[in-house]
Amino acid sequence: MGLVNIAVGPQHPALKEPINFSFQTDGERIVSADARIGYAHRGIEKGMEQNNYVQGLFLTERICGICSHAHSMSYVMAVEEAMKIEPPKRAQYIRCIVGELERLHSHLLWIGVAAHEVGFDTVFMYSWKDREVVMDILERLSGNRVNYAINIFGGVKRDIDAEQAKDILKKIEKLEKRLQYYIDIGEHEPSFVARFKDVGVLTSEQASSLGAVGPTARGSGVTVDHRKDDIFAIYHEIDFTVCIEQAGDALARYIVRARELVESCKIIRQLLEKMPEGEIKVKHPRKAGPAEVVARYEAPRGEDVHYLWADGSDKPFRYKVRAPTLAAIPATLEMFKNAHVADIPVIIASIDPCISCTDRAIALTDSRTGSTMSWKELRDFSNRWYADRSRR
Amino acid sequence: MKKSVIARIKEWARLNSLWVLHFNSGACNGCDIEILDALTPRYDVERFGIRLKASPRHADVLLASGPVNHQSAARLKRIYDQMPDPKIVIAVGTCACSGGVFRGCYNIHSGIDSAVPVDAYITGCPVKPEAIIDAVAKLINKVKAA
Repeated sequence: MGLVNIAVGPQHPALKEPINFSFQTDGERIVSADARIGYAHRGIEKGMEQNNYVQGLFLTERICGICSHAHSMSYVMAVEEAMKIEPPKRAQYIRCIVGELERLHSHLLWIGVAAHEVGFDTVFMYSWKDREVVMDILERLSGNRVNYAINIFGGVKRDIDAEQAKDILKKIEKLEKRLQYYIDIGEHEPSFVARFKDVGVLTSEQASSLGAVGPTARGSGVTVDHRKDDIFAIYHEIDFTVCIEQAGDALARYIVRARELVESCKIIRQLLEKMPEGEIKVKHPRKAGPAEVVARYEAPRGEDVHYLWADGSDKPFRYKVRAPTLAAIPATLEMFKNAHVADIPVIIASIDPCISCTDRAIALTDSRTGSTMSWKELRDFSNRWYADRSRR
Repeated sequence: MKKSVIARIKEWARLNSLWVLHFNSGACNGCDIEILDALTPRYDVERFGIRLKASPRHADVLLASGPVNHQSAARLKRIYDQMPDPKIVIAVGTCACSGGVFRGCYNIHSGIDSAVPVDAYITGCPVKPEAIIDAVAKLINKVKAA
């Protein structure tokens, strides 16, 4: 029998978000895979260029609702460098506390979704129940459950008082006891291990040559953690270990994330202990630059890269986002090779895909002729398009 | 006019088992995780008989989040067409209602109602699970009255 093409997505039981995969299968075995993205493309980069820096804060937070703080952090770090201002120490600590809380909620969310994909709905419900503890802390700290809006250029908007700090410590301690359960099921629960083990194997060479980031790379034995590799914010003052697994399968990626949960709790405790007194923000200018800045941040899914070209006005001249899931997609397509059709949901879930982060870059293909638009055609098209239509 | 027995059985069954399909038509995930949150133990809308379904052909309610871009608009329409009658569409989140923070971006339609007819709008960026439960309760009353 010849090869059969199977399309998965953009709306599919195995996917929580719109992305389209097409698989070439030989019976039950996948021969090759291709991804089509763009279902969640909103044109945020162009939107950033049309709005001023403060308005950009709202847009960057909404690149992704799960790792909104990661994008907002990268953005403020880039703009602060272009504005030549330095946030006070206390503000940096508060930023990192929110960042680690976000990692906790994102990984707990992922554990639930991954368990759901393998039919273990009990863990799905457990982990989402535990996640509510983190959501409560975040709501108390920032006033919001999802897009925290805690960052402003030159600091943070809200302070953490002693009572809040005590409350966080109490809740984190309770949560930490529960986290041991998730590590245990990843190591000992036979049905869970059997479903995850040797699924979607990515060797360490493949991971580094295909540019995988975050837990996907760390599950294949590649030591990349931006919090350790580079000095940014105050992570060099904090003691924590980077979780590495050698196996490179879905189980390894699960265990990496489960262990990182415990590390995050450890980091939050240290941050609260070491947090200095003082101001939480400095005044920021309205305009930035001229400067070209690249800011990097270790988001829950891996390294998040933002590029800012400031030309001295109150708006960015060019803004570019490279989210971690986009970097993980070539590696994912490699994982699909020689896998079974039934493993598709597990492999997709195992990289913790976040499609709304991903949909930044698109190749523009003319749907009628199939040819890709050249830079000149694209410019002419955009000039025509903006001339035809009045703004807002 | 008194309803027939079959009609009353149908209404009773429908009100106690509204099955939901969730489609992300370009949202930031914020509303999507809150929709899932409403289904998990803290909020638990399953007590109203609401379940998340994977196939449009099983669904009574379409929960659509996100501002709808050019590429997903056709998909949203297709999913809507695949759902059996009678169908209900809920726009979840400010950007599903009006385009929200993304309004003015080149790729964006101004909300779900530019692609499919909408029965209920839930605002908030992102919506809170409480707001989703409130909308669902109102919707059940609306179906009852219809």
